[in-house]
Amino acid sequence: MKLTVWTYEGPPHVGAMRVATAMKGLHYVLHAPQGDTYADLLFTMIERRNHRPPVTYTTFEGRDLGEDTAGIFKKTCQEAYDRFRPQALIVGASCTAELIQDDPGGLAETMDIPVPVVALELPSYQRKENFGTDETFYQLVKALAGPVEKTPEVTANLIGPLALGFRHRDDIEEVKGLLYEMGIGINVVAPFDATPQDMTRLGAAHVNILMYPEHAETAARHMERTLGIPYTKTVPIGVGATHDFVAEVARICGVQPKKDLSRLRQPWWSKSVDSTYLTGKRVFLFGDATHVTTAARIARDEMGFEVVGLGCYNREFARSVRALGKEFGVEALITDDYLEVEKAIEDAAPEMILGTQMERHIGKRLGIPCAVISAPVHVQDFPARYSPQMGWEGANVIFDTWIHPLVMGLEEHLLAMFREDFEFHDEAGPSHHGGHAPKPVGAEQAGLAADAEAGAEVRISGKMKDAEEEVPTGTGSDVMVWLADAERELKKIPFFVRGKAKRNTEKFAAERGVTEISVDTLYEAKAHFAR
Amino acid sequence: MNQPAQVKAATCRDAPVLKERGQREVFCGLTGIIWLHRKMQDAFFLVVGSRTCAHLLQSAAGVMIFAEPRFGTAILEEGDLAGMADAHDELDREVGKLLSRRPDIRQLFLVGSCPSEVIKLDLARAAERLTQVHAPHVRVLNYSGSGIETTFTQGEDACLASMVPVLPGTEARELLLVGALPDVVEDQAVGLLSKMGIGPIRVLPAHRSAEAPGVGENTVFACLQPFLGDTAAALERRGARMIQAPFPFGEEGTTLWLRAIADEFGVDDATFEAVTAAPRARARTAIANASEHLRGKTIFFMPDSQLEIPLARFLVRECGMEAVEIGQPYIHKGLVGPDLDLIPEGPTISEGQDVDLQLDRVRAARPDLTVCGLGLANPLEAEGLTTKWAIELVFTPVHFYDQAGDLAGLFSRPIRRREILRLEVAE
Repeated sequence: MKLTVWTYEGPPHVGAMRVATAMKGLHYVLHAPQGDTYADLLFTMIERRNHRPPVTYTTFEGRDLGEDTAGIFKKTCQEAYDRFRPQALIVGASCTAELIQDDPGGLAETMDIPVPVVALELPSYQRKENFGTDETFYQLVKALAGPVEKTPEVTANLIGPLALGFRHRDDIEEVKGLLYEMGIGINVVAPFDATPQDMTRLGAAHVNILMYPEHAETAARHMERTLGIPYTKTVPIGVGATHDFVAEVARICGVQPKKDLSRLRQPWWSKSVDSTYLTGKRVFLFGDATHVTTAARIARDEMGFEVVGLGCYNREFARSVRALGKEFGVEALITDDYLEVEKAIEDAAPEMILGTQMERHIGKRLGIPCAVISAPVHVQDFPARYSPQMGWEGANVIFDTWIHPLVMGLEEHLLAMFREDFEFHDEAGPSHHGGHAPKPVGAEQAGLAADAEAGAEVRISGKMKDAEEEVPTGTGSDVMVWLADAERELKKIPFFVRGKAKRNTEKFAAERGVTEISVDTLYEAKAHFAR
Repeated sequence: MNQPAQVKAATCRDAPVLKERGQREVFCGLTGIIWLHRKMQDAFFLVVGSRTCAHLLQSAAGVMIFAEPRFGTAILEEGDLAGMADAHDELDREVGKLLSRRPDIRQLFLVGSCPSEVIKLDLARAAERLTQVHAPHVRVLNYSGSGIETTFTQGEDACLASMVPVLPGTEARELLLVGALPDVVEDQAVGLLSKMGIGPIRVLPAHRSAEAPGVGENTVFACLQPFLGDTAAALERRGARMIQAPFPFGEEGTTLWLRAIADEFGVDDATFEAVTAAPRARARTAIANASEHLRGKTIFFMPDSQLEIPLARFLVRECGMEAVEIGQPYIHKGLVGPDLDLIPEGPTISEGQDVDLQLDRVRAARPDLTVCGLGLANPLEAEGLTTKWAIELVFTPVHFYDQAGDLAGLFSRPIRRREILRLEVAE
C-alpha cells in the first residue's frame, strides 16, 4: 500500500477512455462498479466536450457479486452494441472488475457481435493512465491496421493525439501546417477524431509522425515492424526541435525541408533587450517526459534560463529523462509523489517552475512563479483560443506563457529604482498580478481582490486595514456602523462574495436611512437583492 | 365531531415508483469525504482502495487538494492482493506513518472502497485493532463508501452511522440535529431554535471529536438531510426518537421543519410566530425575486443525491414549477414521506437508473430544466436542453430561510442565462 493524496496519472482504464473518447465510431464497454462514471466528467467538464464519452459501464452492485456479473457484462455489451452501432468495440475491466475475474475479452468473443471486438488487458494495480493510452492504441492498431497500398503521393499519419491531451487539438493543426509546407499530405490522424474504418488505412502512409511518445510509441514500433512505416523521433516543441523535426521528416520522405518562418516571432522576442533580464533565471521542470525534454531545451537554448532541476512522473521514460538530467548537469527526479517534487523544488529554490497543475499549486504555496507545460492540467489549460505547443506558433505561445508569470524587465528595473516607494515596492509584485504578489492573503484582502475582479474600484493604498479594526465608513453626513454580531455574521460569508455582501448591505441601509447594521439588516438586504 | 370529512388531494406519497436498474451515472459514497473532512476538523479519512479511488477524490476535490487535506488513499498494490495478513501489516504501517506525521488527528476513518470490499479486507477489524494501538489519542472507525454499496451522499450516511454506536450515552432530553451543513446555515438553525427556548441543541457530526453529542432514551433528533436513513436507524437503536418533518428547503419547508420541533418541545404559537415572522417574510421576498424565471417551467430530476424529492417539493410549491420526473438513486419513504405528501400527483417518481432509457425520457419530455450530473450536463446543453448540475446543491448553502432565495437562484440562473445569451449556436 502507498498513501496517496494526489496522483499525476489516473488508472489505466482512464487511458483507454481517452483513446475511445478521442475517436468516433468506437465504443468502450467497461466492466466497472457504480461510481466509476466519475471519469466522464473529466471529458465533459475539463475538456468541455459536448457529448458523452462513448463508454458504457456495467455498473454492478454489491448484490450482483457472487451471482452473475458475467451475465451482466454480456447483457451490457449487447445493449451497447444495439444502441450505438459502433464500427468496433473495445472491452475491458476497471480495477474492481479485475478482481472478480470475469474476462470481458473472452465473454465478448462468445457473443455474436458483428464488428471487431478488441479486448484490453490493463493491469490496474501495476500500471497507470499513460500505459492505458499507449496499450489501447496499440491493440487497436494491431487489430485494425493491415497492409494496404501506399498512397501515390507522400503522406503521413499523425499518431498519438487524444482526448484530455494537453494542447493536442491545436498541435495537430500546427504539425499539419509544417508538413503542408513540404508538400506532404495527411493520411490518418489517430486516435484524435479517427474512426475504426480510418485506422484500417494507417498502412497507406509513408511516415508516422509520433507526436506523443507516451501515447503511441508502441503502436509506432509495431507499424514499423509489420507495415514498414518509419516514424519520427523528434517532437517539434521549440524552435530548434521544430527545425530538427522538419529536417528529419524531409530525410525520411526524400523531400525538400521547406519552412515558412514568416510568423515565427519567438527568436526576436527572446533577443530583444527587454528579454535580457531572463538571462540565467533558474528554472525547475517537471511533467511528462516528452514535455519536460522539449521544455528543457527551450529553457536553456531559446530563453537563456538555467535549468536547476528536472524530472518526470512517468516511469516508462525514466531512462531517457535520467540521461537528459546528466546532459544538464542535474540529477533527474523520477517520481509520482508530489511531496518529493515539492521537496526537490524547495531544495533547488528556483525562480520559476515549469510543470503541471500540481506544480502550479506548489508554486503558489512557495510563492514561485509557475507556467504549465504538461498534463495533468485543469480546465483553464483547455483554452478556447488557438494555443499549440508545437511548431512555430507553438514557440510563440510558449514564449508568452512562460514570461507572463515573471516580472517584466522594465518593471523589474522600476521596482529596483523605487524600492522604498510606499505603493511600488518589492513586495507589491508584478503589476499583471493585480497587485497581489504571492503571499498569504488575509480573508479581508481576498474579499477585496474578488471585488477588484468583479470590476469594483478598490484602491489599496499603503497598508491593508485589518478587518478587526473596522472603522465606521463616513460617506458625507451619514455614518454607518456594523454591530458586532452583524460583523461576525459577515465573516461567515465566503470571502469571495463578502465584499459584495458588505457593499449591498450598506447600500440597502443607506437607502432606508438605517445607520446601525444588524444581522437582520444583512439578511433583509440579501433578500432584497436576491436574484 | 361534526366537521366535514377532509378529502385529501392525491399526492406523490402513494404514486407508483418506477424502479430501474442498469447503467448509473452517479458518484460513489467516497465523494462524501470532500465535505465531511471540512466539517470534522480533527478527522482524517483514509480510503483503502485503488488508484481509481484516489483519482476520483482528486477530480471531485478540484483545487482543495492543496489545502493540507485531511484525506488520502492507501492505494492497493499487487502485493496487497496476494496475501491477506500482509495487507493488514501494510495498513498498520501506513496508518502509523500518517498519525506520526499528523498529531492533530483525533479520529481516523478507514473508508472501504469497491476493491477493498471485493477482496474482503476486514477494515472493521483493522479499525478495532488500530484503536487499541493508538488509544487514547486517536479513535479509528470504519465505514464503506464503495460504489457497489453506496451512492454519492450515502457516504455521509455510512460515516455518521459508524459514529453512532460509539457516541457517549446520556439521559438528558436534548435535541440532536443530524447532518453536515455549512457552518453559517447550522448557526442559523441553532439560532432560530434557541430563540424559541429549545435546548440544549447538539449536532452530528460535531466540529471536533471532543464535542461529540451524547445519545439515549430521551434524545430526540431531526435530520437536516434526506439521505441519512442508516444514521437515523442507528440512533433509534440507541433509543433516540426521530422528529418527522419535510426538509428545511424554502420558506415552507423550513417553517414546517421548525414547527415539528417546536411542537415536540411545546413551544406556543405566539413564540413561534415572533421568532419566525421576520425571516419568513424575508425568505418569501427573496424567493419571489429569484423565481420569476421559474414559474410555469418544467423540471426533470435525474438521480444524484436523494435531495431530489424535497427540492422538487420546494420548486413545485414555492416557485411554481412543474415536475416531469423526480428521480432519486434511492427512496427512503420514512424520511422523504412528508415531502412526498406535499407534492401533488403528476410527476413520475423514479428510483435507480438505466441512464440511456432515462435520457430517452428526457429527450421526449424536453423539460425547461434538467437537473443532472456533470457527466451529462454539457452533452444535454449541446442538444439544446438547459441543465442545472446537481452537485452544487450538495456543496452550496441551500437550507433554511436565509438561503431560500439562493436556492431558487441556483435553478433560475441557467434559465436566465439561456434567455439572455444571443449566440449563433453552431451545433
